[in-house]
Amino acid sequence: MRQEQQNGRKLKFHILRFNPQIEGDKPKMVTYELTEALGMTVFIALNQIREQHDPSLQFDFVCRAGICGSCAMVINGKPDLACRTLTSKFPKGEITLLPLPAFELIGDLSVNTGKVMRAVSERIEGWIHDKNMGEIDLTKMEVTMDPDLADNIYELERCVECGCCLAACGTKRMRDDFLGAVGFMKVARFLMDTRDKRTEEDMYEIIGDDDGIFGCMSLMGCEDFCPKDLPHQHQIAYLRRKMVTVK
Amino acid sequence: MNVIYTDSLIIGGGLAGLRIAIASKQRGLDTIIVSLIPAKRSHSAAAQGGMQASLGASVKGEGDDEDVHFADTVKGSDWGCDQKVARMFVNTAPKAIRELSTWGVPWSRVKKGDRYVVVNAKRVKLTEKDEAHGLITARDFGGTKKWRTCFTADGTGHTMLYAMDNKAIELGIPVHERKEAIALIHNGENCHGAIVRDLITGDLTAYIAKATTIATGGYGRLYSVSTNAVICEGIGAAIALETGVAALGNMEAVQFHPTAIVPVGILTTEGCRGDGGLLRDVDGYRFMPDYEPEKKELASRDVVSRRMTEHIRKGKGVPSPYGDHLWLDITLLGKEHIDKNLREVKEICEYFLGIDPVKQYIPVRPTQHYSMGGVKTNPTGQSPYLKGLFSAGESACWDMHGFNRLGGNSVAETVVAGMIVGEYVADYCEQNQLEIKTSLIEQFYNRENQKIDQLIESSSNENVFQIKSEMQEIMMQNVGIFRNQKDLELAVSSLKSLLKRSRKIGLKNKTRSSNPELVEAIRVPKMIKLALTVAYGALQRTESRGAHSREDFPERNDRDWLKRTLAFWRNEEDEMPELQYEDLDILSMELAPASRGYGNATIIDNQDTEKRIKQIEEITKANPNADRFEIQELLNPIELPKKLQGKNERVGRGFK
Ligand SMILES: Cc1cc2nc3c(=O)[nH]c(=O)nc-3n(C[C@H](O)[C@H](O)[C@H](O)COP(=O)(O)OP(=O)(O)OC[C@H]3O[C@@H](n4cnc5c(N)ncnc54)[C@H](O)[C@@H]3O)c2cc1C
Ligand code: FES
Repeated sequence: MRQEQQNGRKLKFHILRFNPQIEGDKPKMVTYELTEALGMTVFIALNQIREQHDPSLQFDFVCRAGICGSCAMVINGKPDLACRTLTSKFPKGEITLLPLPAFELIGDLSVNTGKVMRAVSERIEGWIHDKNMGEIDLTKMEVTMDPDLADNIYELERCVECGCCLAACGTKRMRDDFLGAVGFMKVARFLMDTRDKRTEEDMYEIIGDDDGIFGCMSLMGCEDFCPKDLPHQHQIAYLRRKMVTVK
Repeated sequence: MNVIYTDSLIIGGGLAGLRIAIASKQRGLDTIIVSLIPAKRSHSAAAQGGMQASLGASVKGEGDDEDVHFADTVKGSDWGCDQKVARMFVNTAPKAIRELSTWGVPWSRVKKGDRYVVVNAKRVKLTEKDEAHGLITARDFGGTKKWRTCFTADGTGHTMLYAMDNKAIELGIPVHERKEAIALIHNGENCHGAIVRDLITGDLTAYIAKATTIATGGYGRLYSVSTNAVICEGIGAAIALETGVAALGNMEAVQFHPTAIVPVGILTTEGCRGDGGLLRDVDGYRFMPDYEPEKKELASRDVVSRRMTEHIRKGKGVPSPYGDHLWLDITLLGKEHIDKNLREVKEICEYFLGIDPVKQYIPVRPTQHYSMGGVKTNPTGQSPYLKGLFSAGESACWDMHGFNRLGGNSVAETVVAGMIVGEYVADYCEQNQLEIKTSLIEQFYNRENQKIDQLIESSSNENVFQIKSEMQEIMMQNVGIFRNQKDLELAVSSLKSLLKRSRKIGLKNKTRSSNPELVEAIRVPKMIKLALTVAYGALQRTESRGAHSREDFPERNDRDWLKRTLAFWRNEEDEMPELQYEDLDILSMELAPASRGYGNATIIDNQDTEKRIKQIEEITKANPNADRFEIQELLNPIELPKKLQGKNERVGRGFK
C-alpha cells in the first residue's frame, strides 16, 4: 500500500493570502510549515494550517472525495482538485497554492465558481427541452432509451463544474465572455440526448460565434487539466464540425 | 435590518430541497433556496450506488412491486419506521424515478440478451427479456429481496442532482448560495422563516416566508470519521431543536456503513457488494457466510457492520497504523465491469490509497454514514409542533427508515418526499396568509446579531477547533456501532461539560465578514446539543433495534420500546435535552412485527403483535376477492396528493 509516503517529512506550503472583504488588505504569499503524515492530502494539510496556525485561512471543501468539484485551486502551477492531491506527490516537499484564476476571488483560496456555473447553465439552457414534457403520465412506463446511448450521455455528464478547464483556458483569459469547455461539454451532452428536442440549429444560436465554439484556439488546457478526464478535445472538434455545417 | 419576503423558503439545495422548491414554483409560488454552497455541490452528489424503485424491468427484479419494497423497507427499519410513511414512499418511488428520467437522468438501461454477473462469488448468466430492452435497469443492494436499485454507473447521486438542479434553473428558482441559516423565526406556534448569515460579507438577513422547509441533510460530522461531506453538520436540525418547540425524532439512530476506506472514511459504494464483491479478513477468508448464511455480504448495513466489528474483535482484522480493518475484494468483478460501473470507486482507490482495485483488495472499516434521525414531521412533512415548519430528506425524521435505512432508499426518499411534501408545502402556502409582527423579526435579528457581537468581543479563551474535535472523538469512542451504559454515560457527561465550555469560546480572528473560525463558533455549540440528543437518546433506549445496538440490552424489545424518541431543547441555558416517547401503533401496522430474517436477534414480543397478526389474517380471509391494492387499503390506508395517486405500470405486468 501507500508506497511513496515519506512519513514525518517537513512540508512547506506557500499560500496566497488576500481578503478583499477587508479594506486595505493586499495580496501576499505566506509560508506555513507542517509535518507530513501518512496519506496526507492538501485537504488535510489546509485544515491543519487553519486549526494550528491561522484560523482565518479561507478555502472550500465539501465532499473531500473528488466528487463535488468545490476545491479546485492552482497547485504548484496546475489547476487540480486539492482534496484528492496527496502531498507525497511532491518530492521536494514545497507546495505553492493559488486561487483558481478566471473566477471572482472570495478570499485566499476560495473563489466563486458557483455563480459562473449557474450562468453557464442559464446561457446554454442546460436542461431537457421538450414541449410535451408537462403531459407525461408518471404512472406509465418510462420511454425506453438505447442502453449504449444512456451510458454515453453519462460519460459526458461526469463534469463536476470544478472550473479547472476555465482556469487553464488560453481563450478565456483573453475573452471574458468565452463559454469554455464546461459549457461545450454540456451542449454536447444535451445534443446527444434524444429526450432534448433541440436541433443543431438551436444549438448554433447558443454557441455559433466567437464567444462560443468558433472562439476556441485549440490550446486544449481543458483536456490537459480536467480532473475527470472528460473528452474535451474530441467534443469540441465534434461540435465545431457540426456547427460549421449548420449555416 | 435586511428583510426578504417570499412564499416558500427552502433551507438546503440538495435533492430534497430542490425538489420541494420545484413543487412550490410549479404551483406559482414565490420560492427561494438558501444554501451553504452551490446546489450542485450538495452532498447528494456523492451518492454512488443508486436509488430504489420497484420497476421490476431487469430479470432479477421480476416479481418486484410496491409490496415487496414495502416489506424490505419495514424489515430494514427493524419495525421502527412509520408504516404509513413507508407505504407513501414505496407507492411513489416508481413515479419519482420516471419523472427524473424525463428531466434528464441517464439511468442505466436493460440490454436484451445474455450478460454475465457475479452472484455469491460465481459467474452467472442472466438473460434479459426483449420487451424490457431500453427500460431502466437495477442492481442488487443489501437487505432487498429483488434487484431494485436503479443507477447510472456509480454516479447516481451526481446525475440525479444535476438533473434536479437543471430543472430548478429552468424554472428560474433562485439559489442564494454561501448563506447559512442560523436560527428560525417563530412565535412558539408558527414558523415564519429564518435568520440567514452571508458567509462572504457576514451580514444577516431575515428571510420571511409562509412556509419554511429544512432540507439540510444529515449530521454525520458529529463523528470524527464519517463518509459524509464536511458540511454535513446538522445545523438545520439544530436550529429546529433550538426553537424549543419543534422536536427531533430518533436521533440515536445512526447508521454505520460497512465499507469506507481506511483511514479517511471515504465511501466505497454498497454497489461493490451488490455487484458481487466480497469481504475478507486478515487470512483472506470470506467470513460473512459464517455469520449470515442467507444474505451473506448483502444483509442490511447495520448487520454487516456489526458482524465486521465482531470479526475484528476476534482478532481477524488486518493490522494497520490506523487500527484494524478488513478487506473489500472486487477483483473478481473484472476490469471491464469496474471501469464502467465502479469507476468512482476505482478513482477513489487510486487517488486516496494508491491501489488498483482491479488487482488489489481495498482496506475498509465500518464508518458513520447516515442519520436516520432528524426534524420530526407528520406524514405531510410538517412539524407537529411548529406550524409552517416542514422538513424533508436526510434532515427529516419523516420516518420511513426507522432504526436502519436500506441502501438506495435515501436518495429515493429525498425525491419522493420532495414530491409529496412539496405538494403539502404548496398547499400550506396557498391556504395561509403571512402575518407577522416586525417586532418579532427584529427580536430574532437582534438576538442573532448580539450573539455574534459577543463571540467577537469575548475575551474567553476556549478554542473552537479543539472543542469540536473533542466532541467528535467522544461520539466516535462512546456512541458508535456497539453501545453500552458505561460508555454512553461517559459520553453524556463529557458532552455536557463540553457544552459549558462551548459557551466560552474565544476567537483569534475577530473579523465579522468571511471568517471560518466564526463559522465554527456559531456551529459547534449547536452540534454539541445535537450530539447530546444522540448520546442521551442512546443511553435511555435500553434495547437493540436496527443500527442502535446495546451490548447490555441485545434484544429487540417490542414490549417496551416500539416507540419513537422525541428530543426537545426547551431553553437556551439548558444542559440536557428533554426526551419524550411516542408509541408506534402495532394495531394499525400493515406488517406486524416479526423477525427480519437476518441479523439473528432475539425479540421480546409485544402483546399487540399476536392480536394484529390475527386481525390481518381475518381481514384477508374476509376479503377473498380483494386484490393487493384493496388489501393494502384495508390494512394500511394512506393519503397522497392527488397528482401522485394512481397505480404504477410494469413491463409484462401492466398495472396489476
Ligand atoms: C458517500 C455517500 C454515498 C451515498 N450513496 C447513496 C446511495 O447510493 N443511495 C442512496 O439512496 N443514498 C446514498 N447516500 C445517502 C444520500 O446521498 C443522502 O442521504 C441524500 O443525498 C441527502 O440529500 P438531502 O437533499 O437530504 O441533503 P444534502 O444533499 O446533504 O443537501 C443539504 C443541503 O443543505 C444545505 N445546508 C445545510 N445546512 C445549511 C444551513 N444551515 N443553511 C443553509 N443551507 C444549509 C447544503 O448547502 C446542501 O445544499 C449516500 C451518502 C453518502 C455520504
Ligand atoms: S471537496 Fe469535493 S471535489 Fe474536492
